[in-house]
Amino acid sequence: MNLNRYKEALFKPLIDENPITLQILGICSALAVTNNLTVTLVMCVALTSVCAFSNLFISLIRNHIPSSIRIIVQMTIIASLVIVVDELLKAYDYETSKKLSVFVGLIITNCIVMGRAEAFAMKEKPLLSFFDGLGNGLGYSVILIGVATIRELFGAGTLMGYEILPLVSNGGWYMANNLLLLPPSSFIIIGLFIWAIRSYKPSQVEEDDFALSKHQTSENLTKRELNV
Amino acid sequence: MFEHYLNIFITTVFIENIALSVFLGMCTFLAISKKIDAAIGLGIAVIVVCLITVPLNNLIFNHVLRDGALAWAGLPDTNLEFVELISYIGVIAAAVQILEMFLDKYVPALYNALGVFLPLITVNCAILGASLFMVEKDLMFGESVVYGLGAGFGWAMAIVILAGIREKLKYSDIPEGLKGLGATFIIVGLMSFGFMSFGGISL
Repeated sequence: MNLNRYKEALFKPLIDENPITLQILGICSALAVTNNLTVTLVMCVALTSVCAFSNLFISLIRNHIPSSIRIIVQMTIIASLVIVVDELLKAYDYETSKKLSVFVGLIITNCIVMGRAEAFAMKEKPLLSFFDGLGNGLGYSVILIGVATIRELFGAGTLMGYEILPLVSNGGWYMANNLLLLPPSSFIIIGLFIWAIRSYKPSQVEEDDFALSKHQTSENLTKRELNV
Repeated sequence: MFEHYLNIFITTVFIENIALSVFLGMCTFLAISKKIDAAIGLGIAVIVVCLITVPLNNLIFNHVLRDGALAWAGLPDTNLEFVELISYIGVIAAAVQILEMFLDKYVPALYNALGVFLPLITVNCAILGASLFMVEKDLMFGESVVYGLGAGFGWAMAIVILAGIREKLKYSDIPEGLKGLGATFIIVGLMSFGFMSFGGISL
């Protein structure tokens, strides 16, 4: 038992190897479900549990899966888990399940789940894989909750349905920014999140394919030639 | 008749573009759009997979899963719609695996270029999404062929446009942290604002 490895598997995906901002996984649902914080929280819980358990089960049988049909085997496990989550949601929180509509089903094709199964659970021990799945689910949740908070707070003046910034239309002072409720705005918010994270962790900045040369002037030019 | 099919095609490609209006298949969309060549390769792969799986899933839905569809087998009361997701994803995973083996054998250059992302086409939500929308719209078999083609084509077009923009973008001087992925996100946001302008058109 090496505790450090578990800790690493759990906490590294939060910022250092965040699935959305660095690994480019699981972006579709990040865009579509983030205009309301309640819905987002349900989605985060659903995804985190599917991701953790699919990693656990796939890792348990990893030595018995022939590599040529591994994708179908993984998909079957993931799809079964998603159906369980979907039915549970329909039973206990029907309203939210209706709001999430196809996006619960699309957890199957959420590449965080599949990507971690393929990249981690196929090689590592079950418990470690479980923590990796949990960590990646949480990394996804951190970004989603951030985006949803910004979008709901400034787009509608509410958080989880409670009024925080009183709207002009209700006699308050805040003019809602409807642009933030449109789906494309979440692209721009995530883009700015990436900028913030990479300014904090410069090691994540992508290398240029080639360096642009600095603008230089020769020392011997006259003022006339320099146009000043 | 032809006009009807053309309408479905144009609607799927522009008005309900699967990448820029419905936001499906975003992960590969952002990750593989650095070079136009790779984007075209992936675009073609998505068109092919969509064109195969959407009509196949249409047949499965109409003849096996739908409420009362099993009447031909003497089971008129059976409704198998709850296994919808798992059967669609099975068809898609099988189609992708076959495509992967085919490319590995006959087009190794493309196989190497697509690398790890070929298995990830399975989890490209554009493809499962196209099948789910096909069911939601209740399309006939002929329509589903056109729909599959349109969905794949719309996605491929969007990724090629994005790759074109990104190839030009590498000459520009972007702030350190925004380089690469960050700038791409913002461009895609602007592109999809652009595609929203198709929203009001009705054919």
